[in-house]
Amino acid sequence: MIDKITLTDKQQKSRRGRNIALGFALAGLVVLFYVVTLIKFGGGMQG
Amino acid sequence: MTVIDDHEALGTNGGVRLSEAGARDFFELLKPRVMSLVVFTAFAGLVLAPGHIHPVLGFIAILCIAVGAGASGALNMWYDADIDAVMSRTANRPIPGGRIQPNEALAFGLTLSFFSVAILGLVVNWFSAGLLAFTIFFYAVVYTMWLKRSTPQNIVIGGCARPLPPRNGWGLRPRGGSLGNNVVFLLLFPLAPAPFSGPPLFKMRDYGSVGVPMMPNVAGEASTKIQIFIYTLLTAVIAVVPALAGWSSLGYGVFAGLLGAVFLYCSIAVWRMPDGDQKMVPAKKMFAFSILYLFAIFSALMIDAFVAPLLSLIGGAA
Repeated sequence: MIDKITLTDKQQKSRRGRNIALGFALAGLVVLFYVVTLIKFGGGMQG
Repeated sequence: MTVIDDHEALGTNGGVRLSEAGARDFFELLKPRVMSLVVFTAFAGLVLAPGHIHPVLGFIAILCIAVGAGASGALNMWYDADIDAVMSRTANRPIPGGRIQPNEALAFGLTLSFFSVAILGLVVNWFSAGLLAFTIFFYAVVYTMWLKRSTPQNIVIGGCARPLPPRNGWGLRPRGGSLGNNVVFLLLFPLAPAPFSGPPLFKMRDYGSVGVPMMPNVAGEASTKIQIFIYTLLTAVIAVVPALAGWSSLGYGVFAGLLGAVFLYCSIAVWRMPDGDQKMVPAKKMFAFSILYLFAIFSALMIDAFVAPLLSLIGGAA
């Protein structure tokens, strides 16, 4: 049998806040690696 | 609805403990005010160093140094949660405040440490990444876990980590690895204990109550005040060295000299403060000024690095 609980409003709100922050951090990392790749290999690809 | 499949989510009394920590609480773990100082000094090191770095890579590198500094702050808060809980200055930090669990802070700190060092190494160079890793290790392990609770020289020795961000900023540039004009690196050595002995002085009773051997509790207020004066004098003198050595202009030297005089005046006011002073207004004022001093000196060095060549160009053209 699985025990289940209902999150309080505060728990739900804080979880949503953490998820959004994590989403932004991951998106930031994607952009960061993309930009760094362009800069590092940009010159090579032009040639 | 949430399925409970993790024993750690259960409290010790059998009740359910689910985190109510917001993103802001995790940001607070990074010690943002300390981080801003680290970012600024690292930026100054980057600007003043010889050689060239792509501006975007420079920005990413400073970001990595900032995150690494924040990570060491989180590790510091994880380890010090027990003493933070009983000191008025720190009792409301996320862990003693009950908003973040110690394990969450530890995982957060370790994750950020790994990513900041790895990205700095991959993006810029592994010399800087190694220096950042050493900085985190020094602050989290050497200072927090070892020195802080074992010697009254904790701030003096632990403060050796403080010059590392500007030195790291310097090392980001291709030719920054050379010794050259490393005065920026030296600048913070004596400066480290001078301002940061402020809080121990006016929070000495707090530190004493948790058994942390801060200088005022071990050597007494009078001895601490003399040490503050000596470190301040050293700082004021070293800040003028770039001008005396010809690395920066006379204008910078005069500016740094004047600021140093005010800094010294503050330390004399602290020295003359009567023992047992409850409010310790001069110590608080000196602490506030020391932060301003640091920003002003590094700003002046950066401005000087751009303005002096411009002035000589104009002079040459005329």
